[in-house]
Amino acid sequence: MKFCLLFLSVLFIFIATSCAKSKFVEIDGSSTVFPITEAVAVNFKEKAKDIRVTVGISGTGGGFKRFCRGETVISGASRPIKESEIELCKQNKINYIELPIAYDGLTVVVHPTNTWAKSIKVSELKKLWEPAAKGKILKWSDLRAGWPNKEIHLFGPGTDSGTFDYFTSAIVGKEGMSRGDYTSSEDDNVLVQGVATDPLALGYFGFAYYWENREDKNAKPRLSAVAIDSETGKPPIVSSFETVSNGTYQPLSRPIFIYVNSDALNRSEVKDFVAFYLEQSSTKLIRTVGYINLPPVALRLVKDRFTNRTIGTVFNGAKAGTTVEKVLQAKK
Amino acid sequence: MKSGWRSGRLLESILKVVSLLAVIIPLLILTFFLITVFLDGESRLVPQFLTSYPSYKPEDAGILPALVGSIYLIILTSVIAVPIGVGSAIYLEEYGNGGWLDNLIEINISNLAGVPSILYGLLGLELFVRALSMGRSLLAGAFTMALLVLPIVITASREALRAVPSSLREASYALGASRWETIWQVVLPMSASGILTGVILSVCRAMGETAPLIFLGALTYLAFLPDSPMSPFTALPIQIFNWISRPQAGFAENAAAGIVVLMVVLLLLNGIAIYFRNKMQKRI
Repeated sequence: MKFCLLFLSVLFIFIATSCAKSKFVEIDGSSTVFPITEAVAVNFKEKAKDIRVTVGISGTGGGFKRFCRGETVISGASRPIKESEIELCKQNKINYIELPIAYDGLTVVVHPTNTWAKSIKVSELKKLWEPAAKGKILKWSDLRAGWPNKEIHLFGPGTDSGTFDYFTSAIVGKEGMSRGDYTSSEDDNVLVQGVATDPLALGYFGFAYYWENREDKNAKPRLSAVAIDSETGKPPIVSSFETVSNGTYQPLSRPIFIYVNSDALNRSEVKDFVAFYLEQSSTKLIRTVGYINLPPVALRLVKDRFTNRTIGTVFNGAKAGTTVEKVLQAKK
Repeated sequence: MKSGWRSGRLLESILKVVSLLAVIIPLLILTFFLITVFLDGESRLVPQFLTSYPSYKPEDAGILPALVGSIYLIILTSVIAVPIGVGSAIYLEEYGNGGWLDNLIEINISNLAGVPSILYGLLGLELFVRALSMGRSLLAGAFTMALLVLPIVITASREALRAVPSSLREASYALGASRWETIWQVVLPMSASGILTGVILSVCRAMGETAPLIFLGALTYLAFLPDSPMSPFTALPIQIFNWISRPQAGFAENAAAGIVVLMVVLLLLNGIAIYFRNKMQKRI
């Protein structure tokens, strides 16, 4: 009896309280974009206390599924929207504004005691990671004559990751095409651990994971970044805040995005939040959470897209390794 | 004969050692784990950690919404799961006659117990979040978790009911009590401590589950506390999971501190429940 009464009274409270509604900004999407969105939301709270910002991490694909059903108003994405997602949004009559907000520099790393791999050509990376390399490129000497005749141990993100999608499309040439015989993990910290403890390792992951782990607490090096030779006649470039931002670190600089439901912009809380987001993306905040600011010229174009409420995608189908400002200008 | 008796003694002492090891080894592993986690998170184990909202600065970040969310979640989960679970157990043990319907229910319960938790997340997403349009709320999370722990509650309650000697039931009938009076006044109080054990186990399970909540779309960042069962929420395991995957070393400390908080809450819950269980046992 007591149980029943308790149960009924709780049910009653559900119904009674479920009607109260406050102003929400619902955000979901990539866990790569999450740190930026979280940081912006934290700062936004100081400005607008009564607006409730919620951020989930369903992944880029999972986020778009919700976004295109109209369940969220902003979706974080570590890659541009895909055809199937464009179709889904169209079916549900969801119009979106595509806003690149920062760069991530995918970084190829080796153990600090690795004295030979100071730079690597894009063609060598392709040879190393393409599906045909499986079971064939097993030693450093298979990759470049003169490198040691020792095993190469590969570490990389799992197939669910946006990092994996971008790397394969920029290096191998087709998204999702990769050899399978490497140590993969969805948790980048596992990859960091792997490369930092294996003198014969080579791995790739987002810039923040390299930057935060380049040396340990005692300033002893843990990871070395390999310079990327894009084979366009320019010298090999190492990823850094400057080289990624100014577009010289190619083709592994990838933009990350938020997609905004354009109808939701009629709600003042959503509009204010997105405006604040763009404002914040030109500040040091981006760097604090491990990403790289877009150059001012690109940010201006992004802000124009927001103020003009330009609907649709220009990054879907853009070639990996093109700078944000070039993509935005080309479609202008 | 004599040697057989002796080898029996030998076997017994071996078994004793083996069972003792079986207790000590997991305890040692757990202690080792707890100590290392505690040392990792020690610097963040300050009161402020419990009262702050998440932040991008690891040293400012706190666990408040996750802690409150988790506590609300398990309260709601038990409110939903216990009456249904105990009710099913009473039906199956006291009213059921072992017919085809009972068998069907029984098979389904054992099946449910073996379903991976992530599938409950998918079910919860489609059924509670979408079909019953509860949204990604505490309520949807609690219903999903209740489904997840129901098999444990039912099985434990059935065991407890079965342990009540039938002579007591017959004595009650002999005094003219109806079936319901017998169940309510004799069987249930006798089995309450056993039922409570099942409830403790299931609540602890619900507290530590992450996968179904992630599928359900429990959030990672929110800077307010859930104020109604329809409110969005986050939970401790999700917050810990999020911190572990961040690149900055400060978040790893936060994750360790979060794990300590989760363990302490679990120990507290267990402690309270064991206290009540012992009290009930004494009453009988």
